[in-house]
Amino acid sequence: MQEIKDMVCPFCGCLCDDVTLGIENGSIVSTDNCCTIGNAKFLGKNRLKNPIQKVDGKWIDITYDEAVDAAVDILLDADRPLLFGWSGTHGEAQCVGVHMNEILGGVIDSTTSVCHGPSILAIQEVGHPGCTLGQVKNRADLVIYWGCNPIEAHPRHMSRYTTYADGYFLDNAFRNRKVIVVDVRETETAKVADEFIQIKSGGDYAVLSSLRAILRGKADMIPASVAGVSKTQLMQVAEMCKTCSFGALFFGVGLTMAKGKYKNVRNAIELVDDLNRHTKFTLTPMRGHWNVYGANEVFSWMTGYPFAVDFCRGVAFYNPGETTAIDILARKECDACMIIASDPAAHFPRACVEQIRDIPMIAIDPFQSLTTPLADLQIPVAVTGIDAEGTAYRMDGIPIKVKKVMDSGYPSDTEILTRIYQKMLEVKGL
Amino acid sequence: MKTLLVKNAYVIDPIQNISGEIMDIAVRDGKIVDDVKNPDDVIDAAGMLTLPGGIDSHTHICGTKVNFGRYMSPEDMRAGRTSRKGDMHATSGYSVPTTYGNSYRYSRMGYTTLLEGAMAPMEARHTHEEFRYTPLQDCLANTLFDGNWFALEAIENGDIKRLAGILAWYLSAAKGFGVKLTNPGGTEAWGFGEDVSCIHKPIPHFGITPREIIVKMIEANEMLNLPHSVHLHCNNLGKPGNYLCTLDTYNAIPDLNDKRQSLYSTHVQFHSYGGSSWNDFCSKAEDIAHSVNEKPQIVIDTGQVMFGKTTTMTADGPMEFNLYRLYHNKWSNHDVEMETGSGIIPVLYRKKNLVNAIMWSIGLELGLLVDDPWQCILATDNPNGAPFVKYPEVIALLMSKEYRDKEFETLHKSTGKRVALPAIERERTWDDIAVMTRAAQARALGLIDYGKGFLTEGAEADIAIYPISVDTTDPAREYERIINGFATTEYTIKRGDIVCRRGTCTLEGNHSTYWVKPHVPAAYDMSTDSEFIDGFNKYYSMRIANYPVGEEYIGRNVCMESEASL
Ligand code: SF4
Repeated sequence: MQEIKDMVCPFCGCLCDDVTLGIENGSIVSTDNCCTIGNAKFLGKNRLKNPIQKVDGKWIDITYDEAVDAAVDILLDADRPLLFGWSGTHGEAQCVGVHMNEILGGVIDSTTSVCHGPSILAIQEVGHPGCTLGQVKNRADLVIYWGCNPIEAHPRHMSRYTTYADGYFLDNAFRNRKVIVVDVRETETAKVADEFIQIKSGGDYAVLSSLRAILRGKADMIPASVAGVSKTQLMQVAEMCKTCSFGALFFGVGLTMAKGKYKNVRNAIELVDDLNRHTKFTLTPMRGHWNVYGANEVFSWMTGYPFAVDFCRGVAFYNPGETTAIDILARKECDACMIIASDPAAHFPRACVEQIRDIPMIAIDPFQSLTTPLADLQIPVAVTGIDAEGTAYRMDGIPIKVKKVMDSGYPSDTEILTRIYQKMLEVKGL
Repeated sequence: MKTLLVKNAYVIDPIQNISGEIMDIAVRDGKIVDDVKNPDDVIDAAGMLTLPGGIDSHTHICGTKVNFGRYMSPEDMRAGRTSRKGDMHATSGYSVPTTYGNSYRYSRMGYTTLLEGAMAPMEARHTHEEFRYTPLQDCLANTLFDGNWFALEAIENGDIKRLAGILAWYLSAAKGFGVKLTNPGGTEAWGFGEDVSCIHKPIPHFGITPREIIVKMIEANEMLNLPHSVHLHCNNLGKPGNYLCTLDTYNAIPDLNDKRQSLYSTHVQFHSYGGSSWNDFCSKAEDIAHSVNEKPQIVIDTGQVMFGKTTTMTADGPMEFNLYRLYHNKWSNHDVEMETGSGIIPVLYRKKNLVNAIMWSIGLELGLLVDDPWQCILATDNPNGAPFVKYPEVIALLMSKEYRDKEFETLHKSTGKRVALPAIERERTWDDIAVMTRAAQARALGLIDYGKGFLTEGAEADIAIYPISVDTTDPAREYERIINGFATTEYTIKRGDIVCRRGTCTLEGNHSTYWVKPHVPAAYDMSTDSEFIDGFNKYYSMRIANYPVGEEYIGRNVCMESEASL
């Protein structure tokens, strides 16, 4: 068995880059240092052999050349195409997607609009005091997880970057670091916390405001209990935050998607901002897909906006709530879509999934998913991080190259998209 | 073999001592040659000012914090939108345009080489990714070392050779160009929410002073025989009274290189402040310029402030937080483990704001009071002082006392009591401007040997042809013509290709990234140094094997190799 070290896991926003893979006869047979969900991806099976197209309700096998032609036809025929997904592919492919969208005059959006879209709206109002994960690992003596459950969603976050990670300024990281978990229920992560704040559903905004009020010397205004949290606990937590030497607040969709949405995040950012007048404090969204942050980065440098970019006026236009994938589907506005590296059927509201089903749809994905059966055209591709390489951005904005370990013969996302794009240029005479 | 002939050009090329000669410039395969027969293309540049392509030696155009400036500012993006047209992609943004926006607008102004002023090595991959989408200019990236733990430890141990080895490893790994220090020691202190005050007190946890960091880095930089000197953003940026800190720093700078400066001091406007608070804030540009005039080992860029909206962004994290507490708009911060940090806030510089009016004056004072234009580079620290599209106005202000006086009339009434500008008669000449916008940059960056900044045989064919007739234009009076003329070239030529014609870019472009690779003896090669590797893997959140940026990120690249004298 051949061993390959320092591999990068293409599953969640932690982008762990210390995975060891065991390879035998051209396939991955074991992983080391990887968590169970990462492991499942590395050992994943269930792949299509070649592109397929639905003709008269039946799937027929086609070649990649035919698939490229069919994709071009579908997209160029549409008046308002939607190019959605992008979070599970590499940056180079996302760049081609943006170029493609520019000549299509369509909308390009990533899964951001259903996870941390609200965080971005908040950041656009008040900014983002953040840092890289190693800064937390080396310095933080206080870590807060708010509305997220890393033990299940980012299984190695605590061992690589926070609770259990050795740090330069901490002699005994596990003992010297305090962990606070804020959630509506007692998650696995809450069980290992030093302090668990259980808030009533929808109470995040009020709790954040209370903490800010205490920090600003207005504790008198706080009632005995806020959203199910006692004033005593709030006072204690505010004190812990104020007196730590480096605090790091991580938050997940439990905050961004709860009642109040982006206003919650805004309040959390302003709390961190207030705390910086007392000590050092930072904040980091727990990004889900391994390269969802990369999609935001790529879209920003190429179009100026991190997600939900509409090119129908020729210029880049951005108005989340109007140009976001869900809204466009819910209004039955788009008349064709390309879904790449994501599984909206598993997450979108039913009406949106029905719209995806009812219009011509191209699915580009290495694996079968809930979305792929709704497609009219399925193009199987290589898995970035296994049989294709490319750039990804970790949840803290660190770009990492995701590597290729084997050659499976599948084209990468970049290859397929480039072929579609070139063909489009040719057809349009550009 | 592609050939081009630019005929009858009115050439100013300070590096070759050409001042207003009518010349033909022949180009073959992207290089300037003695002569071409039957050229494929001929440009008649009669009556047009022809200069080497512009070089911006300090701008922020690509990378993590620049992109975060876009990400956090949809309001800025809405300000500069254009749609796809011909070979030009859609663009957005005013103070932090998209990569294509930067590339097209710079090209329109005749700029062919850009130096990104600050790249955290850990995030270098991002900068190079964006360079790929900046198609019309050659790009270079200064690499941040201000808070690098390995470097700070080597300085603490007095081991300059090891320090040089560390710089060499990171520069090659990041595919970086020069050594950049931003608020040395201060950014590290900001890791726990603190800052430093000037250069004499030891920084937390490392027991060395910013002065030691600066001087030792300069020594190590010269040991590596790098093309560029240390590029310093001094401590105490933006604080009233900081000119004393700047002077103190300048007094510590050794003269170690006879081809160029030992120190490039950047955005000096922000470091030339008198007074003890914002109440008695005033200009100390005269003192700073005087110090520079005495020290050939120092080159500065002015960091001119121009009025209007912009976005500030710097690796100086604590400074941005202070500025945020003044402006109260929005604030982003991004500390990078083991290395450096950064901050971003939007600002609006207003004519009626006394502090802003003084800042504007200081930049111009520096631009006029530094005797030797080779020591004084024109830059706004884009977008910190102003977006780079303001360069033509800055040029006009430097060339025309009348224009300065007219502008001065519109400022806050008390400005005159706090600055020396109205008393300065000097008007910069055409030759001065050619030096301050390209030739001085080429020399300061060490790029002359690589064919940049001049227009005679052997040079890269980077040429800017402006629709300005020098013979019939009086810059002191006709400053509008100067502004318009420098805003849009008739032709911008990049490596022999016409890439921009009257503001319309006509090519995808084929640019290069320049990066340095200093060779050090085995004893100082960090890639085999177990102490370095172990420390790296222990404290970074990324494995050392995954850290270096591969050449696949660079495309057409120019590796500038040097032999270290260790
Ligand atoms: S924590 Fe995330 S990146 Fe790390 S191994 Fe698990 S799934 Fe992969």
